[in-house]
Amino acid sequence: MSKQLKSHTPLVDQAQFITALMSAETPVPEGLVDQDCLAAGRRFSVYRNNVAVSLTEAMHSAFPVVAKLLGNKNMDGLSGLFLRAHPPSSPLMMFYGAEFPAFLEGMPQLDHLGYLGDIARLELALRHAYHAADASAIDPLKLAELSEEALLQTGLTLSPALHLLRSPWPIQSIWRFNTIEGADKPQAGAEAVLITRPEFDPIPQVVSSAEATWIEALMQGASIGQALDQARSTDTKFDLSSPLTLLLQGGAITGLVNKG
Amino acid sequence: MSKTSKSLAVASAVAAALTAAATMPAAAGTKEKCYGVSLAGQNDCAAGPGTTCAGTSTVDYQGNAWTLVDAGTCADIELPDLADGSKRTGSLDAQERDLPA
Repeated sequence: MSKQLKSHTPLVDQAQFITALMSAETPVPEGLVDQDCLAAGRRFSVYRNNVAVSLTEAMHSAFPVVAKLLGNKNMDGLSGLFLRAHPPSSPLMMFYGAEFPAFLEGMPQLDHLGYLGDIARLELALRHAYHAADASAIDPLKLAELSEEALLQTGLTLSPALHLLRSPWPIQSIWRFNTIEGADKPQAGAEAVLITRPEFDPIPQVVSSAEATWIEALMQGASIGQALDQARSTDTKFDLSSPLTLLLQGGAITGLVNKG
Repeated sequence: MSKTSKSLAVASAVAAALTAAATMPAAAGTKEKCYGVSLAGQNDCAAGPGTTCAGTSTVDYQGNAWTLVDAGTCADIELPDLADGSKRTGSLDAQERDLPA
């Protein structure tokens, strides 16, 4: 470097800098100078604009279905409000927008789109599933080797990519309708969504409420038998073969634990 | 339900699940990465912001950009011929053709 900063003492407080960066109404912080001691002036506005634009782009790629439901213009506007209320707290941009579901639900002008918050939760969960650590699935035959009694007392270790969401809205159907060409129109009604990641990309699939209860119980450490009792208490006809098939196909079972 | 009939029910449900999981492919199960078939900006990626994989191909059928397709279909996807008249095909490995300038 040919030129040295004339002073090494920071002249601008970080908090003040960030406040000014995130709000166009706040004046450029005094004392913000380059190596020739020239005030930042309008160059600060360029920086301020770049921050807002890049975070807005991040919101679009983070929540493509929410953006599609709202329209790009509305998504731009909402992102502008959101990024100022919740600037990134981590450099891991793939997880940006954790507060977005609650933020959407707190917007009175979006009350007529009650499902938006849960759609945003689904998109967040899909990204977390995508970035979750790899875990190798067990050989399904390990289950076949267990006796009837042992099966009831066995708990499952589940893949870090596994996620389960419940919504009073048909969120998986709405998500599918907006991401997959020719998908069926969503029908009104609650949906529970199981996310697994058998290969590269997370896959959301609808499960019944009792199936969700069974999987939730297993996630919390219950044995297959205990989880069955919980699921049966909500639906006496509950059959665990279908959710177990989904877990096996999704490569979601990474270990068996004897809970006896 | 008695303890015995419960364990019987679980055992048969587990057996049914094992059979189903072994015979049916998972919902998006058998997919493979196929290079050189996606249109500009449309390559697959669920990684989200701050990553560089989604929609970064800048030319159509870019040879080193991939998208997920059903297993076994990659090389059969119909693509327009290359400028020199030779056939353009997808492949399971990155290709040297159609790279951005």
